Amino acid sequence: MKINGTQILMKALQEEGVDVIFGYPGGAVIDIYDELVKTDIRHILVRHEQGAVHAADGYARASGKVGVCLVTSGPGATNTVTGIASAYMDSIPLVVITGQVPSALIGNDAFQEVDIVGITRPCTKHNYLVQNVEDLGRIIKEAFYIARSGRPGPVLVDIPKDVGKALAAYKVPKEIKLKSYNPTYNPNLRQLKKVTDLIKTARRPMIFAGGGVVLSKSHMELRELARKAQIPVTTSLMGLGAFPATDPLWLGMIGMHGTYRSNMATAACDLMIAIGVRFDDRVTGRTDTFAAQAQIVHIDIDPTSIRKNIPVSVPVVGDCKITLSQLNELLADTDMGDLKAKRSGWLHQIEGWKNAARLSYEQDDKIIKPQFVVQKLNELTQGKAIICTEVGQNQMWAAQYCQIEEPGHFITSGGLGVMGFGLPAAIGAQMARPDKLVVDVAGDGSIQMNIQEMATAVQYCLPVKIVILNNGYLGMVRQWQELFYEKRYACTCMEHAPDFVRLAEAYGAVGLRAEKPDEVEKVLREGLAVKGPVIMDFVVAKEECVYPMVPAGAAITEMLLV
Amino acid sequence: MTNEKHVLSILVDNQPGVLSRISGLFSGRGYNIESLCVAETTDPNISRLTVVTKANQPLVEQIKKQLNKLINIIKVHELTGSKYVHRELALIKVNAKTENRAEILRIVDIFRGKIVDVGPDHYTIEVTGDEGKMEAILTLLRPIGIKEIARTGTIALFRDSK
Ligand SMILES: Cc1ncc(C[n+]2csc(CCOP(=O)(O)OP(=O)(O)O)c2C)c(N)n1
Ligand SMILES: [Mg+2]
Repeated sequence: MKINGTQILMKALQEEGVDVIFGYPGGAVIDIYDELVKTDIRHILVRHEQGAVHAADGYARASGKVGVCLVTSGPGATNTVTGIASAYMDSIPLVVITGQVPSALIGNDAFQEVDIVGITRPCTKHNYLVQNVEDLGRIIKEAFYIARSGRPGPVLVDIPKDVGKALAAYKVPKEIKLKSYNPTYNPNLRQLKKVTDLIKTARRPMIFAGGGVVLSKSHMELRELARKAQIPVTTSLMGLGAFPATDPLWLGMIGMHGTYRSNMATAACDLMIAIGVRFDDRVTGRTDTFAAQAQIVHIDIDPTSIRKNIPVSVPVVGDCKITLSQLNELLADTDMGDLKAKRSGWLHQIEGWKNAARLSYEQDDKIIKPQFVVQKLNELTQGKAIICTEVGQNQMWAAQYCQIEEPGHFITSGGLGVMGFGLPAAIGAQMARPDKLVVDVAGDGSIQMNIQEMATAVQYCLPVKIVILNNGYLGMVRQWQELFYEKRYACTCMEHAPDFVRLAEAYGAVGLRAEKPDEVEKVLREGLAVKGPVIMDFVVAKEECVYPMVPAGAAITEMLLV
Repeated sequence: MTNEKHVLSILVDNQPGVLSRISGLFSGRGYNIESLCVAETTDPNISRLTVVTKANQPLVEQIKKQLNKLINIIKVHELTGSKYVHRELALIKVNAKTENRAEILRIVDIFRGKIVDVGPDHYTIEVTGDEGKMEAILTLLRPIGIKEIARTGTIALFRDSK
C-alpha cells in the first residue's frame, strides 16, 4: 500500500519513539503539519525557530533522547542555524526537519528557498536533502541513528514540499548499516593496560571529565573509578554533574573560571586521565603549559578530539561507558597497594589549595551580589533542580555556585556560548522532566534574546523559573573591558531594559523583584513555589567580576583571584 | 615541524554534495589543498578523490581523522612515500616559431610527451608523469615561452593492489 511522504515521515518518527516536536509552521511544511496533528506526537509551538532548536537541545539533555524540531523553508530554516551550531559544538543529538520548496523550483531562487543543507554542512554531524519519497523512511531512520550514535550531534533533513505529497510504500531497513560510518565503541585492551599501570604508579593523578561522560551516562563508572583509585576529579563546564559536587574528591570546575585548586592540580599532576573532553581553549589556556608535568591519558569516542589541541601519552578511542567499566574491571584485578597512604600527600596538597583560595565574594546589607543569589538558589534547591543557564557572568556563577550532583542537571551552551539559550532550553528540559524544578539562571542581556519564549512557557503551562542576575550590563564583556581595556565600557551598558516584572505579567506569568540582600531568599522561596512560570528579577551589583579568572591565552595557573 | 606534501586517496559515496563536504572541511579548518581530483571508481557508487595537501605530521593525522569522521567517506589512505605510483597529466601550450620547433620536439620526445595540437605559432604538448618530471619539462619549456598550462593534479594508487 502506498502512502504519501508526510505519512511516511510521521510513521518513521513514531517508530523512533518521538513523543514531542518543537516547531513552527509555514508554507513548505503545511502538509507535514496537517498530518502531524493527526498523530499523538505532541507539538510545542515556539515563538521563534531558534527557540525550537534550543528547546529540543534542552529536551535531549534532560531526557537522554533525540530532540526533534520541525520548521519551514527559508527563514524558518535559517533561524535554526545558531541552535544547530550550538548543539553541534556540545554534541547534542537532534534531528531538525526543514521544509524545502518543491523539487522543481530548487535552484531557481524560489520564494523562501535557501540552501539549508549547504548552510548547515559545517555545523551538523550530517545532513540530507530528500530527493525521492522512496528514500524518506530510510533517511529519517538514518538521521536518528547518526544523531544518537558515536559522538552524538545534530542531523538536518530537508524535505521538499512535493516529496511530502508523493506516494510510496513504507519501507525502512530493519537495521542501519553504513559502510562509511562505524564509531569505535570498544577500547583497545593494550591501551587500557597501560592506563592501569599509570594509575598504579602515579603519585599525583587527577581525572578531568567532560560532556562525553554526561552524554554516555558513564557517571557511575566514573565515580567508581575515582573512589576506587582515590583520584580527585575536575570537570569542564559540560561535564558538571558527571561527578557530585559534594564528594570529597571533587576539585571543582577546571579552566578560565575554574577553581584555584583544580587549576593548580592540573599544573602539578603527574597523571591526567581525560575522559570525554576535547581540551577547549577555555579549559587549557596556554597549551604548552597545560598539565606539563603529566602523562595524559585521553579517552574519547571521537578520534579527532585526541591530539587535536594537546599531545597525549595514551590515546584510547572508545565509548566512555564501555571504556570506564572495562578499566574498573581491570583495576579490580590489580593490586593497588595502600592507595590511601600513597595518595595522602597529594590529597593534602589539594586541600591546602582549597583553603588558600575558595570561591568567595563579600555581601553587605545594601547591594545584592549576584553570587549570593546563586548560592541561595543552590541552598534552596539542594542539587535537585535542573539548572539551565544563559551566557556570560550568570553562566559562570551558576557553574561555580550551583552544586550539581547528577548529569543532565546542568544545561548550558558550552562550546558556542549562545546568549538566549537558557530559556528555551529550560522549556525543553521541563517538557522532558515535568516532575523536576527547572531554573534558568539568566543575565539581563541574554534573557532578552529569546524572551518571546515566555509565551510558549505560559501556553503549555511549563513552570520554568527564571532568575535574572540584573546587572544592567553585558557583564562578561564589561568584565573584560574592566580588566584588559582600562575600563573602556564600549557599548556594554544596557541603558534601557524592560521592567521584567511587568513583562512577566504581560506574558501571563508571575514577576517578582528583589532589590535588597534581605529580599533575596524571600523572593526565591516565593518564586520557586509558584506553580507556573516565573521571572525573578534580582537587581545586583553592576560591576562584579567572575573570579578566579585565567586571562585568555595565559597559563592555567596565572589566575586573577578576587 | 616541517610542512610536507601528503597525497590522500579518499574513497567516498558517489553522491551529490560529498565533494563540497570535503572542500568545506579543508577551507573551514584552514587546511591547505594543493590539488584535488575526483572520478568514479570501478564501482559507480563509489568515487575516488585524490587530494594533495601540505601539512606537518600531526596536522596530516588530524586531517585524516577529520575526513574519516565525515559520514560519506568510506576510506582514507595516505599514499605518500615510494610504495605508490603517482601521475599527473598536463597540457602545455608553447610558442612554436620555426627556429625552436625542432628543440621543442626533442624535449617532448625525451619526456615521452605528445604534440596534440599544432597552430601557426604554437604547439600543445600532452605529457604525463610524477611531480619531478612535470617540474623538469616545465623548466626546459619556460625559456621557449609557455602560453598556457592545464594540469590535472596528482592521482595515485598503491603499487600492490590494496
Ligand atoms: C548571541 C551572542 N551574542 C554575543 C555574545 C557575546 N557575549 C558573551 S557574554 C555577553 C554578555 C551577556 O550579558 P548578560 O546576559 O547580561 O550576562 P552577564 O554577563 O551580565 O551575567 C556577551 C554579549 C554571545 N555570547 N552570544
Ligand atoms: Mg548582565
